[in-house]
Amino acid sequence: MNNKNVIKVENLTKKFGDFTAVNSISFEVKKGEIFGFLGANGAGKTTAMKMLIGISTPTSGSAQVADFDVFTNPEDIKKNIGYMSQKFALYDDLTVKENITFFGGIYGLSRKQIEEKRCLLVEELGLQDIVNELVGSLPLGWKQKISFSVALLHNPKIIFLDEPTGGVDPITRRQFWEMIYKTANNGTTVFVTTHYMDEAEYCDRVSIMVDGKIEALDTPTKLKEQFKADTMNDVFLKLARG
Amino acid sequence: MSISVHNISKTFKDVTAVNNISFDVKEGELFGLIGPDGAGKTTIFRILTTLLFADKGEAIVANYDVIKDYKSIRNHVGYMPGKFSLYQDLTVEENLEFFATIFGTTIEKNYDLIKDIYVQIEPFKTRRAGKLSGGMKQKLALCCALIHKPKVLFLDEPTTGVDPVSRKEFWEMLKRLQKKGITILVSTPYMDEAALCDRIALIQDGKILEIDTPQEIVKHYPKKIYNVKTDNMYKLIECLKSYEHHYSVYPFGEFVHYTDKRDDFNPNELHRFLEEMDAVNIIIQPTETTIEDTFMELAK
Repeated sequence: MNNKNVIKVENLTKKFGDFTAVNSISFEVKKGEIFGFLGANGAGKTTAMKMLIGISTPTSGSAQVADFDVFTNPEDIKKNIGYMSQKFALYDDLTVKENITFFGGIYGLSRKQIEEKRCLLVEELGLQDIVNELVGSLPLGWKQKISFSVALLHNPKIIFLDEPTGGVDPITRRQFWEMIYKTANNGTTVFVTTHYMDEAEYCDRVSIMVDGKIEALDTPTKLKEQFKADTMNDVFLKLARG
Repeated sequence: MSISVHNISKTFKDVTAVNNISFDVKEGELFGLIGPDGAGKTTIFRILTTLLFADKGEAIVANYDVIKDYKSIRNHVGYMPGKFSLYQDLTVEENLEFFATIFGTTIEKNYDLIKDIYVQIEPFKTRRAGKLSGGMKQKLALCCALIHKPKVLFLDEPTTGVDPVSRKEFWEMLKRLQKKGITILVSTPYMDEAALCDRIALIQDGKILEIDTPQEIVKHYPKKIYNVKTDNMYKLIECLKSYEHHYSVYPFGEFVHYTDKRDDFNPNELHRFLEEMDAVNIIIQPTETTIEDTFMELAK
């Protein structure tokens, strides 16, 4: 991890009518950092994330993601980030191979690049036996691992993960986090939301949103000190319950 | 017994969703089915609520057979499916009234049972269900499942995708319902919620791995677990996995849970090994077994 900021957010705000979903949030995320983005349901996480990935225009404030401005260059942001959510990941009625080819094409990779990436992925994840299977027939854990790798096909500077491990069994959940560590170690920034508070501990820094504002932001260790709590779960309960 | 399940199996095409499962739930018990997506939890719920026939086996719910007496069961159980299944274009109050009416009762008659929960959503009673937040939908669904005063309550992953605060509140509600004499079968993928149940069944790939109280289940773990921490989590995991004597290495919050193959494991040896690998600020200390450790060991 070095000191270059790949996400810079200042007073970012999003209003829907007279409802302020995101209320003047400011933070920075460094290159290669694993940044946990936590908050209760309805606290504004998804709205904030949508602005950062360039699919929702902020009401006010400023944000640069991968050196591009969310107001003026949202399309460049999309090319330089990866995104994976629990809800939409891969096409169930395409095979693993077809999904890789499709997403590689969407990200603008050449046939040769796609071919190379696919071989690499098959090797790394041990997909030899399932590469021609329909994604819909695979266990959730596999889908999530493949989906994560697909979101990294175009070597993005930042990968956004929206509750990537929901419902996944505990062993796969840990294998998934090992993939996250490896990715961050290679210099890709990881921006992740989760409801598993043990996963919050795996992050380099964690921010906690309450009612549209970031109420806490620090390393898990410092947050626990600050809130005199033993676990991140206790920190979260103290903050969000007021 | 409030629920008795004997050798139930269910296969969909070539997938065995539930594989010869048996368990009993006592009257007034809060029983948890703990397992990841695809374990077969929802299939079990659908069989017990008479929405699906098992291929094999028998099941009794509230003294009724799930096949012969399916109509009686439907009158005596409440079911909150994993997917929000209320009428999105009816208001909060209309949904509740609708469910009370089909069960031949009124909101007033059983208001006592839902009061604690309903007061939290009452300010929004004229809002359409589809416009509620996740937490409020969940509370409304619970009210609707309770309005006919069921003997047995089935809750399929009520807390999935719900934040820790709402999850905690939801479990407090369940504890209060249990005190009113309702038997509860609840499923969850969150292992930390297992500790809040009277008894649990750990389930994976359609099979029950183990059934016991949460306190007993952790006692069956075969190894002594150590918390290990250094400055670099990623490197630490790699180092521990390269250590020839390692039995299991799993990240657990700020620590890695480490177990060793040897019965006479000496933590000082591991300390020296990590030092040789250039790890700094090494911490190695014994720790308690959790249900998640047990689950992972059984699921291996």
